[in-house]
Amino acid sequence: MPRRGGPPEVNAGSMADIAFLLLIFFLVTTTIETDAGLDRMLPPMEPPDTDVVIKQKNIFTVNINKNGQLLVEEELLDLKQLRGKAIAFLDNGGDGSCNYCKGKKDASSSDNPTKAIISLKNDRETKYGTYITVQNELVGAYNDLRNREAQRLYGRNFTEMESEFLNPETPASTRDDLKVKVQKVQGIFPQKLSEAETSTSN
Amino acid sequence: MAKFNKKKDGDLPAVSTASLPDIVFMLLFFFMTVTVMKDSSLMVQNTLPNASEVKKLEKKDRVLYIYVGKPTREYQKVFGTEPKIQLNDKFANVSEVGDFILQERAKKSQELQNVLTTALKVDKDANMGLIADIKLELRKVNALKVNYTTYEGDAFRNLQ
Repeated sequence: MPRRGGPPEVNAGSMADIAFLLLIFFLVTTTIETDAGLDRMLPPMEPPDTDVVIKQKNIFTVNINKNGQLLVEEELLDLKQLRGKAIAFLDNGGDGSCNYCKGKKDASSSDNPTKAIISLKNDRETKYGTYITVQNELVGAYNDLRNREAQRLYGRNFTEMESEFLNPETPASTRDDLKVKVQKVQGIFPQKLSEAETSTSN
Repeated sequence: MAKFNKKKDGDLPAVSTASLPDIVFMLLFFFMTVTVMKDSSLMVQNTLPNASEVKKLEKKDRVLYIYVGKPTREYQKVFGTEPKIQLNDKFANVSEVGDFILQERAKKSQELQNVLTTALKVDKDANMGLIADIKLELRKVNALKVNYTTYEGDAFRNLQ
């Protein structure tokens, strides 16, 4: 029998079902989140050749015990006050060589932000959550100070400049410009956070 | 004189579904471009702590993941309730972390090998002793860049 009026149309009614199937597959097997967290550098394994002598007043000791209590500079301290204490220590400028410091210039505290070191010690039974909170507060102290200096020098926040610099979608010309600024501010308040081996005793 | 067809009463015209595939495809492409494939399924409880001073981990191809936490309920009979390390799809001892990093590093291309970051996804109830051991292993293989992966939020919520 001769066919009339062109080839028959293919029924596309099930196309939506197929597409839904694919969609559901991708929904199930993929994740949308991008991870975020605290960036840290571990110290290299080999100790430096020369022993560096550090004055006691340039070290800010933070101890966390297994119950999550803090011992800061030999005193029991509430976690909420840690950031303020750390800022006061870093920003002290004891020997007067730091012209941008706004601290108390206390002779018994740190000499210069570039010399100030924060030493963090924790017990093996410390909860990870507590440790992260302490890390967060210490990084926060550095960020607060860097933001202040970046505001003074460039009129914008350091954290904002850094995230724009690290974002791969930022154009290269902007990034070169930001790199100089970011490194400048990092040099003003270098992050010196040392973590000693964990103690087992108490 | 124009002729009008009188509509039949009570007979709604059918809604055309011809564009439905297009809409669904659009959704499909959206999800294909925005999301990434899951690489491993979690065998440990992984409630990350909160932190406010976070940095985003860009470029997934240069990140290695280490999970730490209590085994989930179905594995607790076999592996107990002490926090364990998960590398890829299996539980591992602390001593295997170094080898894992070296293996994964060898898989990456030459120019990426020096810029790898190790993301530690640790349950907030884990003890620091295990983390300290992992950090020591990482230092041994010179994987010094670490990222403590956290949720974004108020850090003091970790203490409750």
